[in-house]
Parts: sequence; C-alpha cells; structure tokens
Amino acid sequence: MNTPLRRVGLAMLGMIILLLANATYIQIIKADDYREDPRNQRVLLEEYSRQRGKILAKGANNQVMLATVLPTNDRLRYLRQYTAGPTFAPVTGYYSVRYGAGGLERAEDEILNGSDDRLFVRRLSDLITGRDPRGGNIELTINPDAQTAAYDAMAKAGFAGSVVALNPKTGEILAMVSTPSYDPNTLSAHDGIAQEKAWKEYNADKRKPMLNRAISETYAPGSTFKLVVAAAALEDGKSKDDQVTSTDRLQVGGSELRNYNRGFCNGTPDGVTMEVALSLSCNTAFAQLAGDLGPQKIAEQAAEFGIGENDLVVPMKVEQSCLGPSASCMTVADKAALMQTGIGQRDVRLTPLQNAQIVATIANGGERMRPQLVKSILAPDLSEISRLDTDSLGRAMSRDAAGQLRDMMVASEAKTGGDGKREGLTIASKTGTAETGNDPKNTPPFAWYVAFAPADDPKVAVAVVVESQDVAATGGKLSAAIGRATMIAALGGG
Amino acid sequence: MSTPVQGAVGPATGQNSAATEPAAPTRRGTELLLLGFAAFVVSAALMLVEANQEQQLTLRIVWYGLAFLGLFAVAHVAVRKFAPYADPLILPCVALLNGLGLVMIYRIDLAMTEKALRAGREINNDVPKQILWTTVALALFLAVLIVIKDHRTLTKYSYTFGLVGLFLLALPAVLPSFIAPTINGAKIWLKVGPFSLQPGEFAKILLLVFFAAFLVSKRDLFMAAGRRVLGVDLPRARDLGPVVFAWAVSLGVLVFQKDLGTSLLFFGTILVMLYVATERAVWVVLGLTLFVGGAIIAYNLFTHVQQRVANWFDPLATYADAGGGYQIAQALFGLGTGGIGGTGLGAGRPELVPLANTDFIAAAIGEELGFIGLAALLLVYTVLALRGMRSALAVRDTFGKLLGGGLSFLLIMQVFVVVGGVTKLIPMTGITAPFLSYGGSSLLANYVLIALLLRISDAARRPQTGARPRPVPQAPIAEAHTVMVQRPQVERPE
Repeated sequence: MNTPLRRVGLAMLGMIILLLANATYIQIIKADDYREDPRNQRVLLEEYSRQRGKILAKGANNQVMLATVLPTNDRLRYLRQYTAGPTFAPVTGYYSVRYGAGGLERAEDEILNGSDDRLFVRRLSDLITGRDPRGGNIELTINPDAQTAAYDAMAKAGFAGSVVALNPKTGEILAMVSTPSYDPNTLSAHDGIAQEKAWKEYNADKRKPMLNRAISETYAPGSTFKLVVAAAALEDGKSKDDQVTSTDRLQVGGSELRNYNRGFCNGTPDGVTMEVALSLSCNTAFAQLAGDLGPQKIAEQAAEFGIGENDLVVPMKVEQSCLGPSASCMTVADKAALMQTGIGQRDVRLTPLQNAQIVATIANGGERMRPQLVKSILAPDLSEISRLDTDSLGRAMSRDAAGQLRDMMVASEAKTGGDGKREGLTIASKTGTAETGNDPKNTPPFAWYVAFAPADDPKVAVAVVVESQDVAATGGKLSAAIGRATMIAALGGG
Repeated sequence: MSTPVQGAVGPATGQNSAATEPAAPTRRGTELLLLGFAAFVVSAALMLVEANQEQQLTLRIVWYGLAFLGLFAVAHVAVRKFAPYADPLILPCVALLNGLGLVMIYRIDLAMTEKALRAGREINNDVPKQILWTTVALALFLAVLIVIKDHRTLTKYSYTFGLVGLFLLALPAVLPSFIAPTINGAKIWLKVGPFSLQPGEFAKILLLVFFAAFLVSKRDLFMAAGRRVLGVDLPRARDLGPVVFAWAVSLGVLVFQKDLGTSLLFFGTILVMLYVATERAVWVVLGLTLFVGGAIIAYNLFTHVQQRVANWFDPLATYADAGGGYQIAQALFGLGTGGIGGTGLGAGRPELVPLANTDFIAAAIGEELGFIGLAALLLVYTVLALRGMRSALAVRDTFGKLLGGGLSFLLIMQVFVVVGGVTKLIPMTGITAPFLSYGGSSLLANYVLIALLLRISDAARRPQTGARPRPVPQAPIAEAHTVMVQRPQVERPE
C-alpha cells in the first residue's frame, strides 16, 4: 500500500508545483498587465493616500496657500483642502477620490502626487530616510488680489462669465475667474456620500458651475473683434487717422448691417478716422474694412493673435478659438460672412483667454507671449526645481502699429462709461456686446470688456465677459467696472 | 532552551523503562519551539499590519496575541499528554496558518470598517468570531484526541459515520430555505441564530473515515481481477459500486446544492483512496473518465457552471457581467499589484476583492506578501500534508494508512481547488482555504482532520511495547521497507 501512497504524495507535490508555477505567471510575468489595468484602482488609491503637494500663489505682500492637505485618521490619510475654494476653483480644479481630478490638479498631477521624474532623487532619499513620499508643490502666476477682486465683483453682481488677466510682458496669467463657481472642498471630502451629492448637484446645475469658462468656453467676441480688424488694417499700411466709411447702413448678403445707434458714425455721413470709428465702435466702418481687407488678411492676423491654435496648454488644455464654424476653424464662408465676422458676429468664437491674449499682445508692442499658469515647481522642502520660462509666440504686429492701436483704445476708454475709473491711471480698452442665439434682439447679449493698463507701460491686460441676463446690456455698463477693478487690484492698488 | 531536553527525555524514559533499546524521542520540545516560532511570525505579522494601518497598540491587540498563544499552549500540552509521539511539525504548521489567517481577517476587518465608516454604515468585525471559532475548534481537537485513543477504533463505527455523513451532506438541500438559505448560489448552509454552519464540511471527514474503513474491509474483493482487456485488469462490474456511489454523491451535491468545490473535493479524495487501497491506476482512469463526463453534463445543464468556466477562461472579458469575472479579475489585479515582494502587510487593498477574508484570502496574502509570501504559504501547506503522508506511510495498519493518506490528500486538494481558483489555474469553485479563511465549519472540520492525523502519526512513531498487535494481513515487504526507513534500529525477523 505504500507505493500508491508515495505516488499520491508525488501527485500532491505536483499540484503544489502547478500552483507555484501559475502564481509565478500571474505575479511576476503578467504582473504589470494586471497592475496597470485601468480597472485596477489600487495604484490610484495608493496615490490618493500620499501627501499631495501644495498649490500656492504669491501676492504683492502675501502668500496664499490655495490647496493644502490636512492629515486625517482615516484610510486616505490626507484631506485635500482649498482656500477660498470657489474663487480659485477654475485654477486649482478639484481632487476627488471618486471622480478623479480636474483643472491644475489633473494637469500637474505627476508633480503634485510626487511621481514626476524631476522629483526622483528626492523620492529616493525619502525611501532611504524612511519618510513617506511626498508630492512637489506648485507656485502659480496668479495674483491672489486680482483673482479675488475679479471673482468678488462677478459674484457680487451675480454674473455668469469669466475674467482673465495676463501680464502682457511675460504671459503670466494673473487671474482666471469663472462664475458661477463651485467649491472643490466638497468634492475632495472623504465622506463618499457628500462627495457624490456635490458632484451630482454641480453637474445637474444648468448654470454649469464646473465649466471653466476662461479656457473651456468660447463666446462671440462682438465689437472687441474690431481690434483684430484694426490690427490687420494697420499692418496693411493704414494709419489710425485714415478715413473709413461712416455710413449708417451696409448691405450684407440678404440683410442690412447697421450701427448700434442706428445712425451715422459720429453723426456724419462724410467718413471718420479709424480711431474715431473704433472709439465709437461703428459697425459699418469695421464691416467694410474687413470686407476690403479680404479673408486672407483677416485670417492671417487672427492666427498671429493665436486664434485657431489647438494645442495651447496653460497647462490645462485651452479650447480652440475659431473664425468659422468648428469644422473649418479658420475659413470664412463668403464676403457677407467676412463682414459680419469683422464686427465679431456670425461664427467667430473666442475663449476669454484668447481675447485677453489679443489685448496683451497689443499691450506688449505686438509680441505675443505664451500664457502660463505655473510660475515654479518646488520640491517638498520648497526648494525650486524649475521656473517659468517666458516664451514668445512671435510678433503679431509691428511696434508702431501696436502703438497706434493702443492710442485708439485709449480713445475708446474715454468714451466708455461704467464705474471704477481711477484718476491718473490711463487705460486702453475696447468694449463689445455680442448678439447671441437665433433671436438676437430678444436674447441677452455677451458683454465684453478687454483692456490693459497703464497704457504707456502696460503691466496688466484683462478680458471680461458677462453672460448677461439683461436684453439691453452693453459691455460698457456691465463688464468695464469689473475689468477696471481687476486691473487696479493687479497693479497693487486694492 | 531547557524545555526541549526535558520534553524529549521525560515521557520516553517513563514508557520504555523495561526496554533495553534506546527510547524514541517524542520531539515535543521541537514542537514547542516551533510553536513559539509560529507565534513570533504571527505577532510580527500583526505588528506590521498595525504599523501600516497606523493603528495604536490598543488592548484589543494584546488580547488577540494572548488568545493565540494561550490557545496553542493548551493544544501543545494536550498533545504532550494524549499523543506524545505525534509528528512535531503538524501542530506548528497549523498554528502558523491559523494565526496568519486571524491576522489577515483582522486586517480586512480594519479595511471594511473604514469603508463602512465612510459610507456611514456599521459592520460587525469578523475576527472576534473567528477567535471564538478557533477556541471551539481547538476544544473539538482536544476532544478528538482524548476520545479517540486509537484511530483503529473508528472502524467499528464506520457505517454510522457513513450514514451520518450522508445525512449531513444532504441536510441543507432538503431543509426549507429559512433555515438553509441559498448564499452565493449554493444551498450548503444551515443558519442557527447568528451562526451559520456548513454541515458538508463535517460530512467530508465522516465519509472519508467510512470509505477508509469500507475499503480496508473489502480490499480483497477489489484486488480480485475481473476481465482482462487489452492487458488491463478491469474490475468486476459489481465492484464498481463504491466509485459509482462516490460519483453519484458528488454529482448530487453539485445538482442539489450547486456546490462545485465540495463536489470536486469529495470525488477527488475518494478516487485517491480507492487507488491507494487497490494499488490500481485503472480506478483513477475510470474515475477521471466519470469526472470528465460529469463535468461535461454539468456544463451543458447549468448556466452557473458555464458562467464559472467563462470567468475562468477570461475574467477580464466577463468583468462587467452579472456574476461575471469581476471577483477573479480583482483578485488578479491584487496579485499583480503585489508582484514578487507584495505591498506589505496592511499596505495593500485586499478589501477590493469581494469575499476577501473567506474564499479569496489567498489573493489578499498574495497581494500584501507577494509571490514570496504566497509561495511560503503553499510550502507550509505542503509540509503539513507531507508530514501527514509520511505518518500514513509509517503507520502499521492499513486503515491508518488509508485514512492518513486520504486526510493528507484532502488537505492539499482543498488548497489546490481554492488557490487554483483564485489564481485562475482552474475555474473558481468557492471553498475555503484550510485554517486561513474566515468560517467556523471549515475550521472545526479541519481541526478534526488534524487531530486524526496527529493520532495516526502518534501511532506511527510510538515505540511498540508489550505484545505486538495481531499481525495485519498485508504485503510484508512494503511493511518492512517502511520500518527500515522510519526506525533503522529495529531489526525485523521477517
């Protein structure tokens, strides 16, 4: 009986060897496939339990921690917290165990969670010293004062819309506001039910609080697009004093294009200078001008300002701004379409960031700088790993043309009403009121205000858009005050 | 270090005072030393869990540790008294497996509590219940050691055992579902108050004892050759009775209780015992043919069998299906994430696998202790089963050989079926890992199994005193050979 017992013993060994061989296959040979399977939450959960890096911004004389972590006693170990959550939400984004990350939290995730290669040496020393791996920190270009001023002004008025402020010389994004906003603290809460409730509420809200209007939404630019037409005309050899038409009506395709006040530009049928036409925002003059310049020159000038660019990241992806319908982004269908485009109507759509880039380029003497949100990347111990490189994206217009356009905008600001003007601060600006919808006369327009200041040595450029609720709204009334308040805050004048 | 010496000498001199031959060492000291080692490993594992889960060393933990040490100290003393010559490796192996199981169940409790806390629910921890079960199981272990002084007495009650075994096996299938509910598709539980029992676990052992006794008493019948076909001795048709019976019972379990695992276990073990008893491979071939036939019929008849096979074939493909491969895929993700070295005890996410503390506890260990840990675990099982097999080889009576071989094989078969299922070697059949998994019935039954193995090993190693037992009619050459290996100092006249 012992011989079969021995054989059974061998069979038992054989079964164990089979199990071991199979475990080798699963845990060693196929391990990476299983580890990296998108349905495997383990790696993700491990990252969530790491001490995530901070997001911070430096104001004139203060430093604001926009996103920090609080050690907790639960399994996730750290709770993500946001200072003034709704104000900075379009910048920081959110970080949710259940719903992933958005905004900068997503775009710079590798730095913040500590897996970026640039942090490798430090991770290694963490391993040796036995400290838990920590994420790197990110310092933003955001000016907390400007951001807060812009958000407060928008939120107090109950406006839906966006404010973007840039440093024209460096491309640094000083403010990026989107309203209505959401509180990322509710999404990073460790309470799963609270998280789910907030997420569902935000997504069900028709006002789309989680949409970052500054970079992910495009608006018809209205009269602010006249700056692009004017730039193209100046580049084409015209000057601000050259005469343009002042007619009260223009036949465009099957319909009539008229001025805002329904009369002649500047009250005269004899023509006006381009400067006056811009300052009074005469539609006929710029429609005619665009039609005369032709689609080629308008499209080239627009592209030089960055319209049509589809690969811009700040480091969040910026939605493409277009002249034409999205299928043919940079083509204008015909002359009628071109003339309507010249006054910022028809299919032309810009993100608030794009419109801010246009004024910033004018402010910077015609040279366009890459907009950037990250000023520096800091190691866990706050030593600097890398710093923002200002990056020129090329010249959109000559210095002289930019100077003339600035003068035209200063004249425009003088004609623009609204609150918030400040003695001694020269602002160059342009307003716009873009008609929307299929029934433009009865649909509230988008009210734009794009500007930079001080006009002679620009330090801040701003674009404000308000999705107004008021059918009779114009850019001047609604947006100008917000734009001015933002610029004054950015200039340190609170 | 004085304990082993005392232990080795004490009982031996007392028993063999009249004999001139040197006393056989009892090896109880070795057992105690190894139990101490097992307690050390388990305590270290518990500390790792505590460290990684950042729990404070609460009194609760001390209680767990002391409970473990105390329980096995009692078991050791009992073995010392009632089975002094038992194999010294068996009890430490069991203690190690049971202890690691408790640590793992505790560790999964922590994760589940955390999860429930976040979802705002409350759950009952499993580990106190499992400690209670361990206590009860050790009491049963003691009872078996005390009551059964000689394993051969079991043969007297073999038919009773067989009938009771069948009754227990069939019980859940015939009882109404308020007392025998269907859980996870199988109707194998009895619910009594807060406790649920699987009578099938005990039925396995009872039927095994019955089969061993039955085969020994009818052994000559099976040895008698039937017709010879193509050089193979076919058994006579009427001798097919037992194998057909086993086949019918396991098929019945499959059909009426939908319990693939028990069915497979039962059939495989009976087949092996038949082979050992008759020394004829033809039984294995015949049995496997029946098994394949039964499996094909089951596959075609039952959708849940088809689903299991599909989940085995590609769990990632049926991942999202109802009753699909989600569970196995999660286990594979865990095993893959663990890789060679594992995430560390308490640092993984074993709770992501449903049933992590019962059927899938091997996946939890593979995730946190890696391939190394899983392989070590399998080797502990191997040592345990091979020590059992060695006792079966060494014991002098055929019943002991058959029972010991059957019990050892049953142990490895359980490990093969459950670990093979978890690691996708074979279709998942849902049984518990002996000593590791949470579950009272399995623990109780396996402790009975171990008590019987210890009893057989005690008989195998006990020096023969006084009159030799009546000669057993069995192959003398095989017998002599065994004794040569086991105890070279005893010269046999045959």
